[in-house]
Amino acid sequence: MDTVTAHALIRFGLGRRGEQPLPTEPVAWLQNQVEADDAVAWDPKLPTTADGLTVLREQYKLNLPQGPALVDPLFRADVAAQTAQLLTTDAPFRERLVWFWANHFTVSIRQGGTNATIGPYIREAIRPNVTGPFYAMLLAVMRHPAMLMYLDNNASVGPNSVVGRAQKRGLNENLARECMELHTVGLGAGYSQTDVTAFAGIISGWSVELNRLFPGFQFREGAHEPGMKTLMGRRFPPGEAGGIAALEFLAHHPATHRHLATRLVRHFVGDEPPEGAVRTIEGVLRDTGGDLGAASVALLHLEAAWTPLTKLRSPLDYAVATLRALDLPADKQVALQGVLGSLGQPLWTAPLPNGWSDMASEWAAPEAMMRRVDWTYSVAGRSERDAMEVAEASLGPLLRPRTREALRGAGSRRDAMTLLLTSPEFQRR
Amino acid sequence: MQISRRSALLGLSSAWSVGRASIALADAPTQKRLVVVILRGALDGLAAVTPYGDPALAGLRGALVLPEPGRPGGLLDMGGFFGLHPALEGMHALYAAGQLLPVHAVAGGYRSRSHFDAQDYMESGAEQRLSSGWLNRAVEAMPGKRAALSVGVTVPLVLRGAAGVGTYAPTGYQALAPDLYARVADLAHDDALLGPVLAEGLKDRGFSGGVLAGMTPSGDRNSVANVAGAAGRLLAAADGPRVAVLEGGGWDTHAGQLQRLVGPLKQLDIGMVALKTALGPAWEQTAVLVMTEFGRTVRVNGTGGTDHGTAGVAFVAGGAVAGGRVAGTWPGLGGGKLFEDRDLSPTTDLRSLAMGLLVGHLGVPASAMPVVFPGLGGVTAEGGLLRA
Repeated sequence: MDTVTAHALIRFGLGRRGEQPLPTEPVAWLQNQVEADDAVAWDPKLPTTADGLTVLREQYKLNLPQGPALVDPLFRADVAAQTAQLLTTDAPFRERLVWFWANHFTVSIRQGGTNATIGPYIREAIRPNVTGPFYAMLLAVMRHPAMLMYLDNNASVGPNSVVGRAQKRGLNENLARECMELHTVGLGAGYSQTDVTAFAGIISGWSVELNRLFPGFQFREGAHEPGMKTLMGRRFPPGEAGGIAALEFLAHHPATHRHLATRLVRHFVGDEPPEGAVRTIEGVLRDTGGDLGAASVALLHLEAAWTPLTKLRSPLDYAVATLRALDLPADKQVALQGVLGSLGQPLWTAPLPNGWSDMASEWAAPEAMMRRVDWTYSVAGRSERDAMEVAEASLGPLLRPRTREALRGAGSRRDAMTLLLTSPEFQRR
Repeated sequence: MQISRRSALLGLSSAWSVGRASIALADAPTQKRLVVVILRGALDGLAAVTPYGDPALAGLRGALVLPEPGRPGGLLDMGGFFGLHPALEGMHALYAAGQLLPVHAVAGGYRSRSHFDAQDYMESGAEQRLSSGWLNRAVEAMPGKRAALSVGVTVPLVLRGAAGVGTYAPTGYQALAPDLYARVADLAHDDALLGPVLAEGLKDRGFSGGVLAGMTPSGDRNSVANVAGAAGRLLAAADGPRVAVLEGGGWDTHAGQLQRLVGPLKQLDIGMVALKTALGPAWEQTAVLVMTEFGRTVRVNGTGGTDHGTAGVAFVAGGAVAGGRVAGTWPGLGGGKLFEDRDLSPTTDLRSLAMGLLVGHLGVPASAMPVVFPGLGGVTAEGGLLRA
């Protein structure tokens, strides 16, 4: 394996899986994952958003406590299916993009009763849009029940709407604020509290209807704030169309392109994104009307993307890369989601709407690293493979002589595997 | 358990906000203890310490206002005008004992309504995100400091910086032989990022293990009570750390606030009592500062909750504290007094409380304050926080 191939597998992929065949042309291999269709064939038994909401409705009817109860099997099915995809996919760059965008548009099961819809949300709103126009993904996300419930917009009511006046209810600006701050233009764009309130009015009435055959998104005219609104200097008409137009405006705003470019480069290249690289991606987004496929391909051609790997793997990245490298036999496998909590990144449970950090400073703490060592030792005990072979297969030329020496001097197969997987080079991507 | 975006310490989380509470500790050369509690997500100060005596309150907040003290389900009496949320029973007992000092209408020096920026600024102690936190810079400024120690899984920004801070947390995995840990750390020795981190992790487990061995593992070892208890035990030790940070979430009550706030408040209350209990006699030498990134809107929003606001409440607590009253200047809610016609107006700068404790309690030189809090302007340390 040459260095370019190793970088392709690690920086843009999820780490090599066992002895999977190496691509002969690594960059073309990555690019093809963006340009080809998503090849995943999901189990047709996985729930749709409507299925999830139907079960949630039944749970509400039975007045079960907010806990998992009825929705739990749906949640677990999606966890199993989507983590299996991480561990086994042959299109790891596309998979990385899915998880990147799902984190950009974070929905967390910590609030909003989203256990039943978070899996379908990722499969239906994020996944099909990772190589399309950003606007399409933004619209799909902002109309998805999981996001509307997670950030409370389902219950936001224009104070001057029919419902607002009759029931003396008002706006909830949570989703509007986070959409501007986190999903689109970002804080530096120079908007004010007045803009946030205006945007909350623009998307008031964007809600979720549970009581119909296929529950889902519903625009509630009666809860929508009437009148023209001004968002960042633009006027938007009342009605559902006003919200769609506002999202189109935000999606194509130059500040959004800048914001997305910065996040992409930070995720794939370095914690401190090189200005030149950010400008390149920003330009691609601007020139293509926000084409995420084009931006993803452009990442592969950044000079800065082929420098030595400096990013620290997040707990999820680390656990996935470890399990892919070990490629444990069927009777020895461990559940990925079981370990993520204790490593500090429980699945789909980000504490706040800005999702998980892409910065080493958030993850490189003494106890957090000690837990990686502990967990690695426990899974290393399940493998019968030779650590030196795994080292060659997963790191190739990136393996340091020092680590090679340590593996040779280890007292047991398990110790050697632990040393390999906790080595600084394996923890990088 | 959980982890926060900024840090999740000590496996503790499950109780606070579905799981996110943490502690981190640092050493300092004094018998005085300082504990900083960060409530991430923005505590509604008007719900925690309710100004039921303000004539404009009921009109602005309606259904979110609890009954006055003495009525069923009512606020806890604080001597008139203000009432404490009924979930804070333990803290009410501290108030009665003169050991809890709520300060109202507090805000940081920033005016951001972004959680993420505001938390960064609050912890940086500046109007921008710095790479170190004010508490670390304060420890660094103390004369004759020892090596530092900490407890938790990761370190929150407020405690990051030049003064070393380690972390400790219980672990559930099969233990490695100490020698293998040493070899793992050695292999990363020349790695600028992981080398120091693994070395510190090893040291912390060795050091902290003995202190924590006295814990009775009753119930959930990740509960706030246990986390706060662990912090208290470490702080109580004669040669233990002197500065600790605890944090918890669950405060971002955009909807259904009346119900949603009860759990986090109870956890805060349990944690405070557990801290006092574990500290034992050292409680007399302790000051606790409870802070949040900003307050919440005065009016109820459309979903029975409140949105991001400006001023809120901070708590100072401990045996060293001159409590039993509500401090700060009440700005009033009616008559156009609200900040931007929506938020409680700030009258006390959070940094003045922090400085009052750092200088008056911990003995950090006053001359270091411009380094601890860059861009202080005319903000000065708050007096009267401590028992004479």
